[in-house]
Amino acid sequence: MDPLSTLWETFFDWDSMRAALPEMLTVGLPNTLILAISAALLGSLLGILLAVAGISRTRWLRWPARVYTDVFRGLPAAATILLIGVGLAPLGMQVWGPNPYPLGILALSLIAAAYIGEIFRSGIQSVEAAQLEGARALGFSWGEAMRLVIIPQGVRRVLPAWVNQLIALIKDSSLVYFLGLVASQRELFRIGQDHAANTGNESALLLAGLFYLALTVPLTHAVNWIDRRLRQGRPAAAADDDGGLALAGETALPGEAAVGGPAGREHR
Amino acid sequence: MSTATSAPVSLSVRDVHLAFGANRVLRGASLDVARGGTACVIGPSGSGKSTLLRTINRLLEPDRGDVLLDGRSVLGDDPDALRQRVGMVFQQFNLFPHMTVLRNVTLALRRIRRLGDDEAAQVARAQLERVGLAGKADARPAHLSGGQQQRVAIARALALQPQVMLFDEATSALDPELVKGVLGIMAELSAGGMTMVVVTHEMGFAREVADTVAFMDGGVVLEAGEPAAIFEHPEHPRLRRFLSQVL
Repeated sequence: MDPLSTLWETFFDWDSMRAALPEMLTVGLPNTLILAISAALLGSLLGILLAVAGISRTRWLRWPARVYTDVFRGLPAAATILLIGVGLAPLGMQVWGPNPYPLGILALSLIAAAYIGEIFRSGIQSVEAAQLEGARALGFSWGEAMRLVIIPQGVRRVLPAWVNQLIALIKDSSLVYFLGLVASQRELFRIGQDHAANTGNESALLLAGLFYLALTVPLTHAVNWIDRRLRQGRPAAAADDDGGLALAGETALPGEAAVGGPAGREHR
Repeated sequence: MSTATSAPVSLSVRDVHLAFGANRVLRGASLDVARGGTACVIGPSGSGKSTLLRTINRLLEPDRGDVLLDGRSVLGDDPDALRQRVGMVFQQFNLFPHMTVLRNVTLALRRIRRLGDDEAAQVARAQLERVGLAGKADARPAHLSGGQQQRVAIARALALQPQVMLFDEATSALDPELVKGVLGIMAELSAGGMTMVVVTHEMGFAREVADTVAFMDGGVVLEAGEPAAIFEHPEHPRLRRFLSQVL
């Protein structure tokens, strides 16, 4: 067999792909989505808390947020997943039983939160000080002003970066295989890898790769679309909200120069 | 149309000092506004006008001195509650760009006053009608002209039925043709008996609408009096020099 045919069969053996496909669809894809979506939700929630702590006036909130971010952003994801997934396994066993998913999701969330926290913090800090002053002048407390006025604006500005982080999360979810998965817990990568090991060619792994691309490429384009929308805005219309982070009714954010008044003092 | 506001109060600022580090912005500024009166604060840039205004609703806390409403010090009050009694309008409007005009006006009504959505919308629409923008309720601030945005900001402040209104160079960021509409609304408000402090470069407005004109320079009110006295017979040399430059 010539080298080209060997190469072709290594990657594009349709029979291997066909054999792996049902399991990828019914087991791998749902599991990858469960891991990624759970970690995205928990990681974003923790990220918001980290962002707010990171800009807090209290150093007892600011410093721990800083240290947390440095540590979880600085460690290799594989190390964090093993440290938490294996290190806390005895504890997890008592709470959740032998299922490695909760600790896997926790580890992924903790890693994602470090990045997402920084993304949200930069967004929140990009909102003009005049917005806070405007809200405080209406009688809102600092916390209410942040929650209703500053954070929704800040988060919208960094939605593209946030979606990028979700893409990273989908890919990183494959690392949970370190924790040892039973057949029904395997996600896309693990199923691809198992089939590849059994058949001696990489076609099933390539199929797993195609599944990842099917998830991440549309998200990448969604990022570009969101980014364009945020920059160009759209005609006034549609639903709006004052507390949520929804995309509905988004318009261009005017790049108005901030504040005519004296800055430098915190609003009490 | 509801134009109801809470009963206006008198306002006194007494010997207020405020420094940002070594920069002493206010050095004993005092100002009195009678109940329902309008004081215009004029003076060169950096004289402390905007800072003085912010000590009245305690966006900035004075280092020393006192602020009184109807003779009672407000420095011991809850600042958030105080700011609902003292409305403020800013040079850059400070509308919330992620909300519609209506939501900008109803936000504090719903979240602070705890009005239901319908009631808040009703109050807000009445205020928007008062400033001539009833038709823009569903627009986003970015789609309004500067003058319209400032009128929304005024409606937003009035919706809380304040007892005092503060205007911080409310027309300085506007194109000349848009200034008149905003000043007209402010003049109406003044004629309606609202206690107002207006930091402005609009000398015509100060002359026609104000009961008191206060000239600030170097962090103090150097001279205050009726508009005729201030504009026709200024006493302090710095006020004379200032007027010669702006009139």
